[in-house]
Amino acid sequence: MRKDAFFGLSLLCSLLILAFILWPLGGMVLQTAPSSLLEALRDGEVRSAISLSLYGSFWASALSFLFGTPLAYLLARREFRGRRIIESLIDLPIVIPHPVIGIALLSVMGQGSLLGELFSGVGVRIVGTKTGIVAVMAFVGAPFYINAAKNAFEMVPVRLERVARTLGASSLRTFLTVTFPLSLRSMLSGMLMCSARAISEFGAVVVVAYHPMTAPVLIYERFESFGLSYSRPVAVLLITVSIVIFVTLRLMADRRR
Amino acid sequence: MIEVRDLTVHLADFSLGPLSFEVGRGEFFVILGPSGAGKTVLLETIAGIYRPTGGEIVVDGRDITRLPPEMRGVGMVYQDYALFPHISVRGNIEYGLKIKGSSKEERRRRVTQLAQLLGIEHLLGRLPPTLSGGEGQRVALARALAPGPKVLLLDEPLSALDPTMRERLSWELKRTNRATGVPFLMVTHDIREALQLGDRVALLRDGKIEQMGPPEELLRSPASPLVAEFLGMKNLFRARFRGAVAEVDGMKIVLTKPTKGKEGFVAIRPDEIILSKEPFPSSARNQWRGRVLSLVDVGTHIEVYTAVRNIRVLTFITRSALEDLALKEGDEVYLSFKAVGVEVIEEVEG
Repeated sequence: MRKDAFFGLSLLCSLLILAFILWPLGGMVLQTAPSSLLEALRDGEVRSAISLSLYGSFWASALSFLFGTPLAYLLARREFRGRRIIESLIDLPIVIPHPVIGIALLSVMGQGSLLGELFSGVGVRIVGTKTGIVAVMAFVGAPFYINAAKNAFEMVPVRLERVARTLGASSLRTFLTVTFPLSLRSMLSGMLMCSARAISEFGAVVVVAYHPMTAPVLIYERFESFGLSYSRPVAVLLITVSIVIFVTLRLMADRRR
Repeated sequence: MIEVRDLTVHLADFSLGPLSFEVGRGEFFVILGPSGAGKTVLLETIAGIYRPTGGEIVVDGRDITRLPPEMRGVGMVYQDYALFPHISVRGNIEYGLKIKGSSKEERRRRVTQLAQLLGIEHLLGRLPPTLSGGEGQRVALARALAPGPKVLLLDEPLSALDPTMRERLSWELKRTNRATGVPFLMVTHDIREALQLGDRVALLRDGKIEQMGPPEELLRSPASPLVAEFLGMKNLFRARFRGAVAEVDGMKIVLTKPTKGKEGFVAIRPDEIILSKEPFPSSARNQWRGRVLSLVDVGTHIEVYTAVRNIRVLTFITRSALEDLALKEGDEVYLSFKAVGVEVIEEVEG
């Protein structure tokens, strides 16, 4: 009997938390008139904001993949002093308040900073540019990719790599033919997590680049200037596009095997 | 052939060596040692995974001590097979050949040849996770042999298999060793495997080789009590087999079933032997006459050492049985034991 009561309580709590997550999202969607959605879809500003968000998140995960993969591999395979510290450092972007991230990036890459001057010397500007947005998105998204890739590499038995070496494969070839294919699925899902995190970023983006506007910034601006009913269609559009893209990619990744 | 000279390895938690030994062409060399003796580390050092702190490894006259694994020509077979799960069996076997740049026909020919040798032709299209243990280990063996290694290292290759499969695969290991002429260096903690397979056996203890030689030599004259203790099995004798009969020092032992091999070892379990002063009428098929050498009271029971011709047999009896028999040193006794009390270790032939 006690067990049943416990089960009932668990079920109740589960339903409550699910409702808590779904209710606001569902309510927002239901309160949005289809006509206003169409209108938002025709709005050039909305379209370019959403595509900028997608563009930024794509490059954020591409950069994370390029530079994060070797780091993830080192962390998964090598024992060295300070490894735990580096692992904590990687998680840092997850715990820092988002505007702080923006301020920190501005401090080292904005006008007047060493890197900022260096970049603008070669014509690269960070503040108020797509480059800046990608930088912010990579900053907040990379931890998700690196952790996923590291876990994936750790799951590949080290003996497989050792055997490959004894069969004549160099360490690079071993990585490309054994470790990489066996980790690919988890790496893709890590890139999706990274992109998702990048798309959802607001606080840091708004500090570094209010313009050009990413979708969250646009949604915030509409809300501030015109109110709830004007920001809602854009928000619904953004989550719809995100969900469609992520579900499609996830299905594609799952079907690979 | 491979020569290992004064090899030392130091890792965070333990050290190994200095070790020296060599394995000749077509030889099956077994390193026998308890778990945690560093056997896997030794093999992985020879394979180039770990860097030795001293000594050298020479393969066919070439010093490979400081070469990376892929330049050594040293094959490796692990206890858990370590097959690439995402590549077919054929792809696994071809892996090393592709890296060598072998042509397509050459690869096909080599894969067919090895698959026939090991009886795995029907598995070539399968993926490794669908294989049984015995199949997996055959594929691992074929994969390691495919690029033509100068030495093959085997890390407890039989340990993960069930007894029947272990028996079958041990014959195949020896046959493959003889057929290819590749020196096999196998490590194991199982004395039976060492006796069955090793042309020579080295006993590894606390990171050092305690004794090295043909198995019968280790048994006949253990270099130290440690060796004798590790060999561990009591009443272990060299034997020749003819059908279901073993012959030990000219005496016959009836076995439960005929053997496949012609030579090997038998171990008679001490607690299966019944002592009597007169010939003992019983269902036991084996009865020997001997003379009591010594009686040792070990508390729970009495150990009776008996000389039977040139061999020394250990028997356990209870204190009350000792009193009943009134045994003392020098007495003549009869030792009776059933066929089921005899463990047979057949030497595997190539």
